[in-house]
Amino acid sequence: MSYSKPEFKDKYSNFINGKFVPPVGGEYFENTSPVDGSVIAKYPRSQKEDIENAVGAANAAKEAWGNTSATERATLLNKVADIIEANLEEFAVVETCDNGKPIRETLNADVPLSVDHWRYFAACIRSEEGSATELDQHTLSMNIKEPLGVVGQIIPWNFPLLMLSWKLPPALATGNCVVLKPAEQTPASATLLMEKIADVFPPGVVNVVHGFGPEAGKPLASNSKVDKVAFTGETTTGQLIMQYASKNLNPVTMELGGKSPNVFFNSVMDEDDAFLDKAIEGAVLFAFNQGEVCTCPSRILVQEDIYDAFMKRVIERTEAIVQTSPYDVNSMVGAQASNDQYEKIQSYFKIGKEEGAKVLTGGEANILEGDLANGYYIKPTILEGHNKMRVFQEEIFGPVVCVTKFKDVEEAIAIANDTMYGLGAGVWTRDAHQLYQVPRAIKAGRVWVNCYHAYPAHAPFGGYKKSGFGRENHLMMMSHYRQTKNMLISYDKNKLGFF
Amino acid sequence: MKRVEITDKAAEVVKQLKAKHGELIFHQSGGCCDGSAPMIFEKEDMYLDESDILLGTVEGVNFYMNQDQFEYWKHTHLTVDITEGRGASFSLEIPLGLRFLIHSRLLTKEETSFFNSK
Repeated sequence: MSYSKPEFKDKYSNFINGKFVPPVGGEYFENTSPVDGSVIAKYPRSQKEDIENAVGAANAAKEAWGNTSATERATLLNKVADIIEANLEEFAVVETCDNGKPIRETLNADVPLSVDHWRYFAACIRSEEGSATELDQHTLSMNIKEPLGVVGQIIPWNFPLLMLSWKLPPALATGNCVVLKPAEQTPASATLLMEKIADVFPPGVVNVVHGFGPEAGKPLASNSKVDKVAFTGETTTGQLIMQYASKNLNPVTMELGGKSPNVFFNSVMDEDDAFLDKAIEGAVLFAFNQGEVCTCPSRILVQEDIYDAFMKRVIERTEAIVQTSPYDVNSMVGAQASNDQYEKIQSYFKIGKEEGAKVLTGGEANILEGDLANGYYIKPTILEGHNKMRVFQEEIFGPVVCVTKFKDVEEAIAIANDTMYGLGAGVWTRDAHQLYQVPRAIKAGRVWVNCYHAYPAHAPFGGYKKSGFGRENHLMMMSHYRQTKNMLISYDKNKLGFF
Repeated sequence: MKRVEITDKAAEVVKQLKAKHGELIFHQSGGCCDGSAPMIFEKEDMYLDESDILLGTVEGVNFYMNQDQFEYWKHTHLTVDITEGRGASFSLEIPLGLRFLIHSRLLTKEETSFFNSK
């Protein structure tokens, strides 16, 4: 079964104060589909004034929205979930068209997971309670959680609807108003969502403004009327956003890059069973979402005594990946999201080869037939080398994995931690001691143990080291969008006696 | 000998950006999404300190990289180039429909001993 490119209007607007409004400057940019290079539509090339209008609308709405009951907010979040679910196929096809990822993923992962995140935070806010402590016989300390006010969110292009659904629900559930800037590579699903939910929230509660980083992203991140900025993206931009936040003394959360190790101990090959099969798939998950995942398991570390046998099977499984039209439900790996990515990945092939990495499979672009010849397809690639090579240290953001071997547990941990990043990691073993000790020794915010690439709403996700700080998902996320009002109440009728 | 150079086409764009924005710096970003790209900012926009290594100057613009990253890049020679495209960072060339990129190659033996002696 195969889908086809969905219909789009010629041009779209920003969503500000509950209405679709064209950019003040009247400028637009063209958005194209990585599937075949064709034009999708024009989206607003917003400037500072557009951001200020959105921030103004959010500020005007925050008082009333912040005072709504948790019940009311949860009901609206659930309504959004229902709307996305009722239009699941439409969202999936738009996402595949805009991002290039296979329809199999958008139908089964991106869109259903998005629905679940809206429902999860609707549930969290209903079931949450504050705290009160009797400090002494006459004194009560009461903690009330209050919203921050207006939150700026800047999201990436690799999971456009899902990253929106990671960020919006916790901010809205906790009573904040939001100005969100989608990535300029993938503005389509955020716009579609605003069309579908235009009447759900009071005007100004949710605002979506499109545009480029220096023109729209920076004015949002540095705006003094924004109370918090949440960012997912790359390290240098993250550093800049933190600097702007320091001017306003605002909190930020950062979800940045990774170069995640996926570690396979020799016991995985003790049996040729379902678990070994799962482990091999776990290694091949580097190709999931074309490798455009911050937690892409882009370094495979294999214990030396099983290296040849294990890698033989990983290569076979990689070469069995079906790469065809992303609209075809059989497609497993789609197009890279942009020509920029496509070229960058190929430049890493060159760097890797120069540094002496050996290509075990892939290592080049995949030129598909017909219209798809204009799309950005890369063959899933395995490079063999050592951890000091640049291809082992830099996030390639493509279906490219670098493999090396280790002797024992100590060496595995040393290689796994020899990176600037600490977002994700995978550990595969049948040894009960390694199962606990190795994940504890790896400096990363998420260690998948005998699994990989699962992102349930109620498991916290975020980075160590240069991969950022703060967490996404899980109810602890709500604390990133609130401040604590402590009411210290005296029930004592008598004065202190000081004056 | 230089660690970092720039193509004529890229130098033209730097000139254009300088005319519009004034003094600029390049910062080579780390990974994720749009990372691993040279980004150009107004000089005052980014706070730099001793953890940022100055690799050289191209078209009158200082080129920096974070020290941690430099550890893995120090054996490579870099050339800043420009191409059509669209990054998603705050780099100033993006609205022009262009993006800077880096071509790298391994340093030659002569270059390596030259930089090691410095």
